Amino acid sequence: MNLRTIWRKTLNVTMLSLTGACTLITVSVLFFILGYLVYNGGRDLSWNFFTKLPTPVGETGGGVANAIVGSAKLLFLAMLFGVPVGVIAGVYLAEFSGKTMNFVVRYTTDLLNGVPSIVIGIFAYSIVVVPMRHFSTLAGGFALGVMTIPITVRSTEQFLRAVPNPLREGALALGASKWKTILTVIVPAAASGIITGIMLALARVAGETAPLLFTAFGNQFWSPGWNQPIASLPMVIYTYATGPYEEWHEQAWAAGLVLLGLVLVVNIGTRLVLARKTSVAR
Amino acid sequence: MGVSSNPAVGHEPYLAPRGKVGDFLARLRGGDEIAHLLTLIFAAGVILITSLLVYELWINSALSRHTFGWKFFVTSVWDPVFNHFGALPFLYGTVITTVVALIIAVPLGVGAAIFLAELAPPRASDMLAFVIDLLAAVPSVIYGVLGIFVVVPFVRTALGPFLESTFGFLPLFKGPSYGLGVLTASLVLTIMIIPFIISVSREVLMAVPVDQREAALALGATRWESTIRVVVPFASTGIAGSIFLAMARALGETMAVTMVIGNDPRISASLLAPGYSIAAVIANEFTEATGALYLQALIELGLVLFLVTFILNGLARLLIVATEQRGGGTPA
Repeated sequence: MNLRTIWRKTLNVTMLSLTGACTLITVSVLFFILGYLVYNGGRDLSWNFFTKLPTPVGETGGGVANAIVGSAKLLFLAMLFGVPVGVIAGVYLAEFSGKTMNFVVRYTTDLLNGVPSIVIGIFAYSIVVVPMRHFSTLAGGFALGVMTIPITVRSTEQFLRAVPNPLREGALALGASKWKTILTVIVPAAASGIITGIMLALARVAGETAPLLFTAFGNQFWSPGWNQPIASLPMVIYTYATGPYEEWHEQAWAAGLVLLGLVLVVNIGTRLVLARKTSVAR
Repeated sequence: MGVSSNPAVGHEPYLAPRGKVGDFLARLRGGDEIAHLLTLIFAAGVILITSLLVYELWINSALSRHTFGWKFFVTSVWDPVFNHFGALPFLYGTVITTVVALIIAVPLGVGAAIFLAELAPPRASDMLAFVIDLLAAVPSVIYGVLGIFVVVPFVRTALGPFLESTFGFLPLFKGPSYGLGVLTASLVLTIMIIPFIISVSREVLMAVPVDQREAALALGATRWESTIRVVVPFASTGIAGSIFLAMARALGETMAVTMVIGNDPRISASLLAPGYSIAAVIANEFTEATGALYLQALIELGLVLFLVTFILNGLARLLIVATEQRGGGTPA
C-alpha cells in the first residue's frame, strides 16, 4: 500500500466514525433531555394535579385542572373551526381543482404553515380580540384553528389521492354522480388517513403557546362559557416555569410531562396506524 | 350500443340531449356543480384567511411604518415611555441566535443524516428517524422548560465560565455569564432544529439513486469519498433546503427563546450577555403595549418576521423539491 492509499483509508474511517459520533451526540442529548423531563415531571405528578384548581403560592395541593379543561375546550374550538375548512379544501384539491388553482391553494397552505405561531397570535388578536374588546376562549380557539388548517388540507389531499382510481371508476360506472362517489366511496376509503391527519394537526396545536398569549390570555380559575379568558396547559407551563416559586417550577415540570405524553401518544399512535395501513396496502 | 338497450341498465338521465342550460341544470340537480362550488368556497377560504393575515399585519402596522420608515430597522432605542421604537436590538438578537444555532446544528445534523442514510443498517436508521421525527413534534414550550432548568444552569456554572477563562480575550466570550443570554438561547434553538435538519437531510440523501454510489465505488472510491464527492453534492440543494427550513423555524421560534434569552433590548458583542429577539419582544410586550404606536411597532415586528420566514420557507421548498425530482428523474 502506498502512502496515498493509507491516507484515503484513514480518512474514510475517521470521517465515517465522525458521522457516527454526530448521531450519537445528537441522539443522546435529545434522550437525556426527555429522560430528565420524565424524571422531574413524574416526581411531581399527583391526583390533585389533575383535579384541583391552582392554589395561592405557599399552599400545597394545587393542580391545573382548569388548564387541562381549558386546553380541551380550545382544541375543540380549533377542531370546529379548522377541520371543516381543512378537509373540504383538501377534497377540492384532490378531486376538483385544475392545475392552476391546485398550485395556488397548495402554495397558500404552505405559506400559512410556515407563518410563525406568534404572528398567528397577532392575527387572531386583530380580528377577534379587538372587535370583541376582550381576551376570550373563542379567540384562542380561532388562533389554534387557523394553525390546524394547512396540516389538515395537505394530509386530506394526500390521502384522497392515495385512493386507487378503480374505486372511483367503479362508482362512476355504476352511475353515481361525482359528489356521491366522493362522499360515499372515496372519503370513507381515505377516512382513517384523514382522521390521522386531523389528530396530528391537533397534537401540534395542543402544544402551541405563542398564539394563546394574547388571545386566550390565561386564567387562574374556571372559565365557564366561551367568552372569557381561559387557562391552557402550555400557558400554565410557560407562566410557572418563568415564575419565581419552587412549587410553580414543580408544577411546570409535571404539566410539561402531561403535555408531552399527550403529544407523543397521538404522534406514535397515528404513525403506527399509518404504518399498518400502508403495509396492508402493499 | 348493445349495452344501453339492455333492460338491466336503468334510466339514463345524462345521455338525453338538453342544450347548455339544461345540461347545467342536470348537473346541478345531480349535485356535482354544487359540490364543486362548495369545496371551492372552502379552498378559497384558505386563501382568504392567508390574505387577511397579511392585510391585517400591513394595516395594523401603518402608523409605525409611517412614523419611523426605514429608520425603524437601524435605530436601537426601544423606549415605550417616549414612544421611540427601533428594532435593531431585536433584529440582531434574532439573527445572532439563529446563526449560532445553525453553526452548531448544521455539522451535527448533516453528519448524523449522512450516518443514518449511508452507514446505519436500514432498520436502525428507520427506528432512529422515527424517534427524531417525534422530537420534532415536542412543543416548544417544553424545550423552554428544559432550557430554563437544564441549559441555563449549565451555561451559568460550567460552559460560561469555561468559555470566559479560555476564550475571554475574544469580545465574543467576554463578561460574566448569568445563564440567561444569547448563547443559552442559541443552544436551545440548536436542540430544537437538529431534528428538522436530520430528518429532511436524511430523506434527500436517501433519494439519491443507488447507481450514483455504485458508480463511485466501482471506480475505486472509498465509502467516504463516494459519500462526500458524489452523494452529498447530488443532494446538496435538498440539504440546503433543510437548513433554510431549520432557519425559518429558528427565526420564528417564540416560547423557548423568550424563556432563556434574558429579554434585554441591548446589543452586546458577548454571546454570554442577555439579548432579545423579535418573537420574544412581541410575546412579552404585546399585552402590555399601551398606545397605538407601541402596539403598531410590535405588529410591524411581526410583519418583518412573517416576511422573512415566508421567503425562507419558499426557498426551502423549492430546493427540496428540486433535489427530489432530480433523484426521481434519474433511472434507478
